[in-house]
Amino acid sequence: MMRLELVKRSEKSRLMSVLSPVVAVALTVVFAGMVFAAQGHNPLTGIWYFFLEPITSLWGVEQLITKATPLVIIALGLSVCYLSNNWNIGAEGQLTIGAIVGSILPILFPDFVNPVVLPLMLLMAMAGGALFALIPAKLKTVFGTNEILTSLMLVYCSNLFLDWMVRGPWRSPQGYNFPITVDFHEWAVLNAVDVGGVYLNLSAPIALLLVIVLAVVMRSTLKGFEIRVLGQSPRAGAFAGFSNRRMTAFAFALSGALAGLAGMMVVMSEIGKLQPVISPGYGFTAIIVAFLGRLNPIGILIAGLVIASSYLGGEAIQTSLQMSSKLATVIQGVLLFFVLAADTLILYKVRLVPGREGEGAHA
Amino acid sequence: MLEAIILTIITAATPLLLAATGELVVEKSGVLNLGVEGMMVMGAVAGFAVTISTGSPLLGIVGGAIAGMLVSLIFAFVTLTLVANQVASGLALTLFGLGLSGLMGESFVGQPGIKLQSLHVPGLIDLPFVGKILFGQDLLVYLSFAAVFGVSWFLNRTRAGLILRAVGDNHTSAHALGYSVVGVRYLAVIFGGAMAGLGGAYLSVAYTPLWVENMTAGRGWIALALVVFASWIPWRAAIGAYLFGAVTVLQLHTQALGIGFPSQFLAMLPYLATVIVLVAISGNRRATLFNTPSSLGKSFVPDR
Repeated sequence: MMRLELVKRSEKSRLMSVLSPVVAVALTVVFAGMVFAAQGHNPLTGIWYFFLEPITSLWGVEQLITKATPLVIIALGLSVCYLSNNWNIGAEGQLTIGAIVGSILPILFPDFVNPVVLPLMLLMAMAGGALFALIPAKLKTVFGTNEILTSLMLVYCSNLFLDWMVRGPWRSPQGYNFPITVDFHEWAVLNAVDVGGVYLNLSAPIALLLVIVLAVVMRSTLKGFEIRVLGQSPRAGAFAGFSNRRMTAFAFALSGALAGLAGMMVVMSEIGKLQPVISPGYGFTAIIVAFLGRLNPIGILIAGLVIASSYLGGEAIQTSLQMSSKLATVIQGVLLFFVLAADTLILYKVRLVPGREGEGAHA
Repeated sequence: MLEAIILTIITAATPLLLAATGELVVEKSGVLNLGVEGMMVMGAVAGFAVTISTGSPLLGIVGGAIAGMLVSLIFAFVTLTLVANQVASGLALTLFGLGLSGLMGESFVGQPGIKLQSLHVPGLIDLPFVGKILFGQDLLVYLSFAAVFGVSWFLNRTRAGLILRAVGDNHTSAHALGYSVVGVRYLAVIFGGAMAGLGGAYLSVAYTPLWVENMTAGRGWIALALVVFASWIPWRAAIGAYLFGAVTVLQLHTQALGIGFPSQFLAMLPYLATVIVLVAISGNRRATLFNTPSSLGKSFVPDR
């Protein structure tokens, strides 16, 4: 009987820090190939259609960027949370509330049509998302309530709230009784412009800017240092004069604001109104993006593109191989497992040794 | 009317109680498995699949438990053998379970299932009022109560239970005494997987015998909250599960009465109740800290 033995490295392996996400993606591709083979397809054909074919056309690249943008923006905020040991898993709810708050302008004030509306909506969405995220943060700092459970419960509440808004008070009178709001006016939507054959709107450059800003903040400012120290050792952080409570509020507010911003931009660019479902689970998928990107801004940018391609891959195998697009969610989940498992390689050497099961007495 | 209400409370509480009892044992061994929702939904889809392909709801329930165990093994391997972060791995298990169940269940959407029959204790079922409530339930309801008593007895009255608690409270000492920390935790996680799988199978085989994607609708998370609410004491988990069952039923009955209150707000009740209960419980820190397994959520690597 062989078993795995972990031997602690004397220090973090730099090589493995870079290599582990690559290992994880490679294992995921192998797993996907096995799934295609099990379904009676040529694994290489399946891998081609799922991972590569979608990005061979300009239209595919455009879709890839569109899907990656909200994932990257949300994951950036989540990375600050996770680095500082605040487990916000309610980004989906913060996205929803942000989008609702931002939509107040075009829905309740449809005659207020001028260029200020666009930035105002984005700011309001950020404020809405941040305030909503502060609920679990405050419950954590004041009462010591577990933020994982509260932030998740609020996702269900926010989705139901959106459902009520679009069926009740905000339902469009011209909507033939469909649960939709009025269409947003021209200054409340993001129009795409031609960038070398690819049609993009403002959201992608905003995401890119946020990546750069956060990378600089994390690398070379005191705030970045504070986030990391408090995450690794709250006690050490306290000696340095950093407040754990303030950090919790900051991390939640920041990630809530970014989730709200992402939600608003999805609505403004892809839907143009509110409806019962505005996100295909971006807030949850962004958790995978944050971890796959090793909680590092540049890593998150790459991870966002990788995960976004799996959405497109799901659609591609549906049309070309008549397989279910739901395979994409499975592959995303498997990828997260592989990422977390591969991270072990950074801190430990893994050896396969002969021996009996269990560790027994080694003293 | 009252009898009908109590009967629906039981059906709403049972899946929560099954999953919460399992997770309680997992957490007592020092492992935080946030993947209850994923294991439950896998139990639901597997339970439904086995039921309609074999025609036997009983086999379906077994299938649900096995599915829960299998996916919990992935979590166990990643967190116990490879010492990955438990919180993140639990989230991965939930996302993976929701995805895989959706994929597996695609062909079952809209198909009628087969309902698990209630066990009728002859004679006693005809007792006025209590007859149907106490003696006319299905197997899983009785099993959920057996689990509460069984787990309570196991944790407090057996040597194995003592070892499990020792592993959860101080894994370094338990290891020094020669107990297999990782081995105990593997068994606990698998037990938790089986119980969550049963809870999920209850939904698709007994509660509403059909398959709907994401049909667990956050019940796995509520079960996690129940363990905190119960401060790791099995009978308190039972009380909690029944309180939540009551909230769910209250919501359904108010909706049926049609008093013009938006149904979406009523549907929020169980989730809001969870938040409120968690806040109330965390206010009482002394009682919670006393029972919290000290090694909860911490990875263990035996030093050699």
